[in-house]
Order: sequence, then structure tokens, then C-alpha cells
Amino acid sequence: MSPAVLRARAEALAQPLPPLLAEARQLAASIQLGEHGRRRPGMGDAFWQYRPAMQGDPARAIDWRRSARSDQHFVQEKEWQAAQSVVLWVDRSAAMQFSAAERVTKADRAAVLGLALASLLVRGGERVGLSDMPSPPMSGDLQVERMARLLMAEEDVEYGEPRLTQLPAHGRAVFLSDFLGPIEAVEAALARATGRGLSGVLLQVLDPVEEAFPFAGRTLFHSMSGGLRHETREAADLRDAYQARLAERKAALSALAASHGWRCHTHHTGDTPAAALLWLYHALERQR
Amino acid sequence: MWALGPIGFATPWLLLALAGLPVLWWLLRAVPPAPIRRRFPGVVLLLGLEDRNQQSDRTPWWLLLLRMLAVAGLIIGLAGPVLNPDRAGLPRSGPLLVFIDNGWAAAPDWAARIEAVDAALAEAAQDGRPVAVVLASDVPGEGLPLRPAGEWRARLAGLEPVAWAPGYGAAMAWAPDLPGTEVLWLSDGLDHEGRATLLAMYQRAGDVTVAEPPAPRLGLLPPRFEDGAVKLELLRSAEGGERTVQVAAIGPDPNGIERTLARAELTLAPGALRAETALTLPPELRNRLTRFEVEGMRSAGSVALADDSLRRRRVALVGGADREGLELLSPLHYLRQALEPTAELIEGALNDLIQASPDVVILADVATLAEPDQRALAEWVAQGGLLLRFAGPRLAASDVGRGIEDILLPVRLRAGGRNVGGAMSWGSPRALAPFSDQSPFHGLAVPDDVLVSAQVLAEPGPDLGERTIAALADGTPLVTRKALGEGAVVLVHVSANAEWSTLPLSGLFVQMLERLAVSTRPTRPEAETLAGTTWQAEQLLDGFGMLVKAEAMAGVEGERLAGLAGPDLPPGLYAEADRRIAVNALGAGAQLAPANWPAGVVPVWDVARAAQPLGHLFLLAALLLLLVDILAALRLSGRLGGAVAALALIGLIPLSEARAQEGEAVDPAQLAAAAEVTLAHILTGDADLDALARAGLDGLAAELTRRSSVEPAPTISVNVEADDLSLFPLLYWPISATQPLPSPAAYGRLNRYLAGGGLILFDTRDGNLSGTGGSTPAGQRLRALAAPLDVPPLEPIPLDHVLTRTFYLLGDFPGRYAGQPVWAEAAPPDAEQAEGMPFRNLNDGVTPVIIGGNDWAGAWALDAGGRPLLPVGRGGAGERQREMAYRFGVNLVMHVLTGNYKSDQVHVPALLERLGQ
Repeated sequence: MSPAVLRARAEALAQPLPPLLAEARQLAASIQLGEHGRRRPGMGDAFWQYRPAMQGDPARAIDWRRSARSDQHFVQEKEWQAAQSVVLWVDRSAAMQFSAAERVTKADRAAVLGLALASLLVRGGERVGLSDMPSPPMSGDLQVERMARLLMAEEDVEYGEPRLTQLPAHGRAVFLSDFLGPIEAVEAALARATGRGLSGVLLQVLDPVEEAFPFAGRTLFHSMSGGLRHETREAADLRDAYQARLAERKAALSALAASHGWRCHTHHTGDTPAAALLWLYHALERQR
Repeated sequence: MWALGPIGFATPWLLLALAGLPVLWWLLRAVPPAPIRRRFPGVVLLLGLEDRNQQSDRTPWWLLLLRMLAVAGLIIGLAGPVLNPDRAGLPRSGPLLVFIDNGWAAAPDWAARIEAVDAALAEAAQDGRPVAVVLASDVPGEGLPLRPAGEWRARLAGLEPVAWAPGYGAAMAWAPDLPGTEVLWLSDGLDHEGRATLLAMYQRAGDVTVAEPPAPRLGLLPPRFEDGAVKLELLRSAEGGERTVQVAAIGPDPNGIERTLARAELTLAPGALRAETALTLPPELRNRLTRFEVEGMRSAGSVALADDSLRRRRVALVGGADREGLELLSPLHYLRQALEPTAELIEGALNDLIQASPDVVILADVATLAEPDQRALAEWVAQGGLLLRFAGPRLAASDVGRGIEDILLPVRLRAGGRNVGGAMSWGSPRALAPFSDQSPFHGLAVPDDVLVSAQVLAEPGPDLGERTIAALADGTPLVTRKALGEGAVVLVHVSANAEWSTLPLSGLFVQMLERLAVSTRPTRPEAETLAGTTWQAEQLLDGFGMLVKAEAMAGVEGERLAGLAGPDLPPGLYAEADRRIAVNALGAGAQLAPANWPAGVVPVWDVARAAQPLGHLFLLAALLLLLVDILAALRLSGRLGGAVAALALIGLIPLSEARAQEGEAVDPAQLAAAAEVTLAHILTGDADLDALARAGLDGLAAELTRRSSVEPAPTISVNVEADDLSLFPLLYWPISATQPLPSPAAYGRLNRYLAGGGLILFDTRDGNLSGTGGSTPAGQRLRALAAPLDVPPLEPIPLDHVLTRTFYLLGDFPGRYAGQPVWAEAAPPDAEQAEGMPFRNLNDGVTPVIIGGNDWAGAWALDAGGRPLLPVGRGGAGERQREMAYRFGVNLVMHVLTGNYKSDQVHVPALLERLGQ
């Protein structure tokens, strides 16, 4: 491969990145990042609390200035500010490529949300990474760009299943998907992640059409890559059954998340992504 | 052609395809409508769901019916249905004779007849039959003039009805030896003599179809004058309901323009065959009538021409002093008796009578007239009057006409006269000689009992012979006439009473008066009264009742005029000297009898209902049904929304484009600017700068006027936000650092101006110290101002730019500053060096902008006294620079106005060379 061809390909590859990243950063910028510690005592710079010195506290831990004002010895605790590792799994399967009525595809929305969350976390000093990245989560803008590069690629499967090559112990996990694939895979992934001490959130990204099922007439439905198909004589008649099944799927997902101590939420591509990002951020925050 | 009721089919076997419809029904029922394919990730949730309703599997019955109808329509349409096909069903063979009654009665519906014949001919052409078309008025010598039907069809438009009723005489002479042929007889609906015979002859030849219009024919009889009113009589050929007909009386108005002078309404009572009305008109009006027309009918039979029979001459009678009590001896008595029925008589003093403008003045035994009367009478005669004088004892006794010819007498008279047949005379009373053919009385029979016993004698003279229009058996002149001006003077050499002759007692007297146009006949003249005269047609009626000028027609014998109209006497207006006789299509007392056909022959009038192909209607219906089917199928498969949206979109497109143009008020200053070349500068908001720019352009305009043929109008200051820029060839835009940015709308206008060929001269007025860097405030402002403008790539004006030679040869473009580059549109990269020229081929396109900083306006500006406003340079070099600045200005305006004319001059040698060849 000549350098020219390589260059051209690289350019082509890089071209969509700036908009995606820019969108993600713009989205991330919409969230006011306050001073946010871990809200528990630990290693850090910021004052957290004074507590009476206890047996075992090293002498240099005692805050003499505070202790001098009373008869007790106090230890100044800092807020724990150790960096967390957050892994994201962003579904890039064929099903996520669906969009209707000129909305963004679910994959695009999921990627934007993921990247925006990543850049938010990076700003907060955390380490982020994709769950299927070869390297463990890292900090820095470059990592966000790496993730973006990876998110451009579409996977060649019908429905996504979480791939968890990177599972930093006691880290956080964020799954962004439509969760229309087999729920067993999600269940297994969740069990594995919980086993490694991870907690996290599930964000189901759906197109409003998938929610409303506004079809009528004789219709042949087929999946995005054509692997599955279902023919009906009157699509409108299926609406109730479909919506019941979707609700069932959502309920199963919520139950699954709750049973592992995760949080679960549904986002529609028709809505503004900022709300979903805010929810994601707070959901991660709360679990600390 | 196979027929089903009134509908036949061109290709009936196609109808067999209708049998296939049930199969189609079954097929369509079995095949459900095609599904929509949708990519949908949620399909995984659908897997295994059952359709509740199995029924929509099948096409609904109404959709099936729709499709069945569409297909049936298609089949029937393609089978070529024809309404009213040939009645016989099968193609016929053998010759076809189309016999057309083309009398006046056929004229009202002539177009329908021609159509009917055309349809029949079309059919015959289809069947390949030879056809003969024969008009009743134009029967061929013998045999059938058989020709291909197409040839006859080409001639149909040329066939016309005639204005008379041709009758069947000629046809009957021709028809007996017809070969076998089918006959289509287009009757005019009237009975003519010989109809039954002709029908029998045709029936011998073959099948006869008679076509006859159902509407009764109408005919207007010639108008009669009875009891002081014009009697109009309308006939119709068959009984019918009440019908009201308007008859217009037409004639020239006093200006000679033909118009409807009166209108009469004739109402045919139900069941009545004739209607009458009387039209009372003042004589002046009545005498002008030329014809009566049934309004709204085009036929010679509905026009009745008026002639002398409606006219009443105004005759002034002047007699000698009455001899009291001797009524029968009065010279005027016989004249009164003869003229009363046919003329309007007036009597009185001569000077009063002439004031009443009579047509004729009769002087019965009046010898001398007063001098003024005589002069008035002579003038009146010279203007076209007719003076008729009768002799008598007084004339014989007077000296009038003795020796010299009296102006009011045709001949000189001998003194005394003569008496014949009296007791003292030498001979018996003389009879009249037959009238010579030069005489207006030619043809009148001379009764034996008309004897002349006394008369005045004419002095022999060279012109006595030609002035004599009636003479006695011995050649003595009895009636003499001479022309006087446009009129005539006639002298009857006997008295108007029975004293001198028996002429006033005879019928000849009346006829002679009539011939002299003294009286007009009350009714149509008898053959014998017309004998010996020759009449010329003046105007003729055509079959449609239109009057046309007669041209080059041989004269018609008077006797013939008494008969009915015919080929040798087409209806019209005939004239002989002063007399007019109208020959009408319907003679007086004519009858209109409807044609009665024997029981075997039923006249029809649906020949005109030609075979009408219906195929296209069926196909159209099928197409519409298929369109409905598309909509229905879309509806069924849930795709209707998109289709409706598309239709709505198609419907909306014109709406969105149809936008009313807003009228803008035109500023008078702008209007003035449009009339002349006007330089303009853009208002910057800096009053001093604006004044300087204006003064600069005014100075340039003055120099232009002085040096070139460009004479600009006073400079205009333009507000970019409000004014129309398109009127100005050049905008000077000085840049001030404080200038506000124009609004987006103004930029839109500026861009349109630039794209439309305008030029903006940007001047930063800072000596371009900034170069391209824009480091001066004005340079930065220029960058901000020009950023939204649609400016092409620029380059410093090269030395071969056309600006350097549009008027002056320039190398630099100085203003108050010099030596700095000035920027204009870049030359195209492929510009080539012109052959043998020191510049490149840079054709097309005036640069839209010129950007520089030389403060040109400052160099151009003059004060009110014509002195430069601002200093330029120093001393002579400065003045030189100012001169160069003006030259740049002139070049610039020339460039704007002439474009690349100077650049095109490169090609002049080549063009001259080509012209030379």
C-alpha cells in the first residue's frame, strides 16, 4: 500500500471524526461540571471532614491546627478523588443502524452519547475506554478520539451482544444498545461484570418508530441485514402484540438491572440527547 | 360488423376474451396484493405472532369488481364498438346514387345534409363502392357519374343549394334508364311535381332510402301592397305547434347604409299553415324597402325582395282651369282614374308641388307657365324628374313651342294642330302604329279601337324621328320625348281627356303610363304587359338568401319574368330603365305542400347520426378504473399516505410558485437616472466623504463630457439599503473606517448588481498603504464590507488589461496617490498571447470590482468654480498625475460602457481579411 493510498484512507476515515467528536464535546459542554468528588473520604486534595483520631491513625495524619482548638485529636479527611475506570459498550450492530423519518440512527445517537459521556468523564479525570478495546481504560482526550475512531466501525452482526474484553475491577460500566438482541447475552454480561465488582447503567436507545409501530397493511418486515423476516397481512393488527412484547422486554431489562444493582433507562432518538447524557451522568454519579 | 342493438363491433371476436374474466377473477382472488417490504429491527419481537384476521389475504370483492370492470372495458374498447353502425349490418356492394334536392327549401339545414351525405360517402368509401352524387338542379345527361366515394367527398364542400325549386323534370327525364343502383334521396321535404314517378323509377333501379328533415319548411311570399299597408304572408309546409317568426324589413337608410327599417312578427297558430300580417309604414320608409327576411333563417325562400310594386310614385297633377260641371271632360279625370290605385297623387299650385318633390309632374293641357315656375320645373326635370305633358285646346291655341323649341317641350309644334275624321276634315280618324322596338312601349298590343281625331303636330326636324316614341299609323308623332338633364320631358300630342282621342279610354293608356314609370303596377305584371321588354338582373339571391351583385348575365325576356323562378330566371332583382321587378323564390300564391311518401318508403333523418366509434370512451373508462384501482390498492396495502402526499405536493408546486409580483413605486430621480448614463457613489454615512465623492464624480463627468461622447447626467448618491442599483453602470464606493455594514438584503442587491454586469470601484483612499494585509482601518473595513460580496478571484491589474487602453493608453491608475497596485478580476488562467499583439486574448466580462486606494475622487473633485478641490502631488508632476487620474476615470467609464470592445479590436485584422474574401 503506497503512502498516498494510506493517506487517502486515513483522511477518509478521519473525516467524519471531527463532527462526531465535536458533537459529543458540544453535548458534554452542556453539562455543568461542578466540583465533584467521590463524596466519601479518601485520597484527594479537597477537604472532606474532620473526624476524631482513632487507633491506628498515623500521627502525621492528625490535623494539629484543628486539634489545638479542643481536647481531642482530629484527623482531616480529604475527599476521595481517585480516578475511576469506566468502560462503555456501545452497540454497533446492524440493528442500531436503523432510523426512521430522517432521524439520526440509533448507532449514531449511542456513539454520540457514549463519546460525550467519555469526554465528560475525562474532564473529571476518570479513565475511560470501550469494553472491546484492546487496551484498558485510559485518561486523556486522545483516548476519546481513539474511542471515536473505533465507534465509526460497524459490526457485522444482526443484534449486538456485549463484548467485555476490558473489565476493570470495581469500575463502572455503561451499556448503550437497543437491547433487542437475545437478552441472555446481556444477562451473562451483567453477571460477569457484577462478578468483577462493576456497577453501571443500561441505556436502551430506541427509535420512536420502534416504540409506536405505526405500520398498516400487508407488510413484510425484515431485519436490517435481512436475516430475519416476518410477513403479516395487516400490520396494524400486530401493534398491540408488538408493544406488549416491547414492554415485556423493557421490564425484563429493568428487572435484570435492578437485580444486579444497575440502573436502566430508555432513550428515544427523537428526544434531545442532552437529557439522556444528564441521566447517564447522574446515574454514574449516584452509584459512587 | 356485428351489431348488438345500436352498437356494433369492428372486431367482435375480441369479445370472446370476456369469457376469460371469471378466470381472471379467480386468479386475482388467489393472489393477494403485494406486501410492503420494511426494514425494521423490531422484527425480532414480531416473530411468531399470528395474524388475527385471515380475510385480508384475499383481495376484497369490490376491488375485484373494479378490476373486472376495467378489464371488461379494455376488452370492449379494443373490440371497436361503434354507435349507429351501418344499418344493414354487412358491407354493401354495388353503386350508390345520392340524389340531393338542392332547392331553396334545403338551404336552412344544408350543412346537416352535407354531413349526412359525407357520412354515407364515408361508409361507401369503407365498402369500396362507386358513388354518384346528383343534384336535382344539375342532373347529368345520362347514366351515373360514378366515381370513388373519396373523390365526391372532396367535392361536397362545393355543393350549394339553388335559390329556386329545381323540381324533378330533369331528373325524370334521366332516371328511367338508370342501371341497378342503391339510391339515397335527400329530400327537401316539399312536394314537387313528379315525385311519385321519380320514386318509382328509383325503386326500379334498387333500394331507395329517403332522408328528409323533420322540421317543416318556411317560406315568405312576395310582399303585397294592399289598403295602404304591406301585406306579408308566411307559409309552412307542415302543421305544427305555435311558432312566432320575426320578419325584418330591410332597406337603405337616408345615408345609404342598409339596415333593418321595420320588424314584423308573424305567428303561425297551432295547426295553421299560413300567417299574415300587415305592416303599415310611412311612404318614405316604404319606398326604401328592398327586401323582407325571416330572421334566423338562411334560405332563399325566407327572403322576399321588394320591387316597384311596393313603391308609390308621387305624381303631381296640374290641369288647366276646370270647366265647371264637366267632370268627364276634365283633362285630369282620366289621369286620376288611371293613377289613383298605383300612385300618390298631389294637386295644387305648381310651385308648391315642386316643393313636395314629386317623381312625376303631369301638365294636362297647360300651355304657358309663369317664369319662376318654368325655371323651377326645368331645374327639377334636369335633376331627374319626369315631366309628362298632354296636349289640349289650350296648348294648340298658344304660341308655346312655335318657331323655337320650348325647353319644356320635346319638339317644336306647328301652329293650329290638326283635326282628322271630323265632318270638315279630309280623312278618317287615325289608329296607332305598332310601337317600334326603340320605344319604351315596345311589346304593348295596340287595340284597334284607339283612334285619334285631333292632335297637335310636331314641326319636322332632324331629331324628330328619334324623339318619337309612339306614332300614328300614318307616321305622325303621337308621343315624343326628349332628355333634359337627368330627367325627361314627354309630350303626348293628344289631350288627356277623351275629346281628341279614345286613348284615355283604353287599357293601353294605363299600360303606357306604367311603361313611362309614371305609375307602378299593383301586382306582378302579366306576361303581355311585359312583352317585348328585356330585363337585366341587378342583384341575385343565392340559395341561402344572400343578395349578390349579378354579373354578366344575359338579359331576360319580359315574358319570362312573369313565370316562376328557375335556372334561367334565378330569383333576384331585375331592372329595365327605371323599373324594377323582383323575382322571388316563392311566387305570389305559391303553396308549400309537404312531401308525401308512399307507405313503403319511410323517410328518415338519422343519416346524419353517423357511426360513432365508442372505443375510446371504453378505453378511457378502463383507464380511470385502473387509476381508482391503484388508489384502492395503495389504500389496502397502507401506502396511500405517501401517494396522497405526492399528489398534494404536485398540486401545491404551482401554488408556491405563483406569487404575485409586488408593484414598487418608482422614484422620479431613479427614473431620470434610467434615461441617461449616470455615475453614482454609495453613501457612506460620512457627510464630508460623501460630498467629496459626489464632487469627484461630478468632476469626472465634466471631463467625460469635455473629452468623449459620454455625457453623464448629474451624479446620484445611492443608499445601498433603499435604492435600485440596476440603473447605474458604475458605483463608486469610498471606504471610511466608520462605515456601517449594509444589511443582508442590501448585500443581496449588491450581489445581483455585480452578477448583472455592474461595476463597483472600491477606494480605501489611503494610498493602499496596507497592501493586501488590511492593516489600515479603511483596509480592514473594506475587508469586512466586501466579505459577503460575490467577488471573483482578483489580481493586480496587469499591463495588458483592457482598462489600460479603452480610451487612453495607461500604465498606472493614479488618483491622489499613485504607484500602488489596483486590483480587478483575475484573467482566466488559460488566456493566451494574442498573435502579434502585446497583450493576451482577454475577451468577455467586465470586471465586477476594482479595488484600490488611490483616492480617485479626491483627484477628480472640482469646486464650484471648476478649480481642483484637493491638491495632488507637487507642481507640474502633480498636475500630470491629476491628468492621469482623469484619464483613468475616462478609461474606467469607457470600460464599463463598452466592455471589452477594445480587446475585441485585436480581431479586426482577421475580420477585415475575412470580409475581403
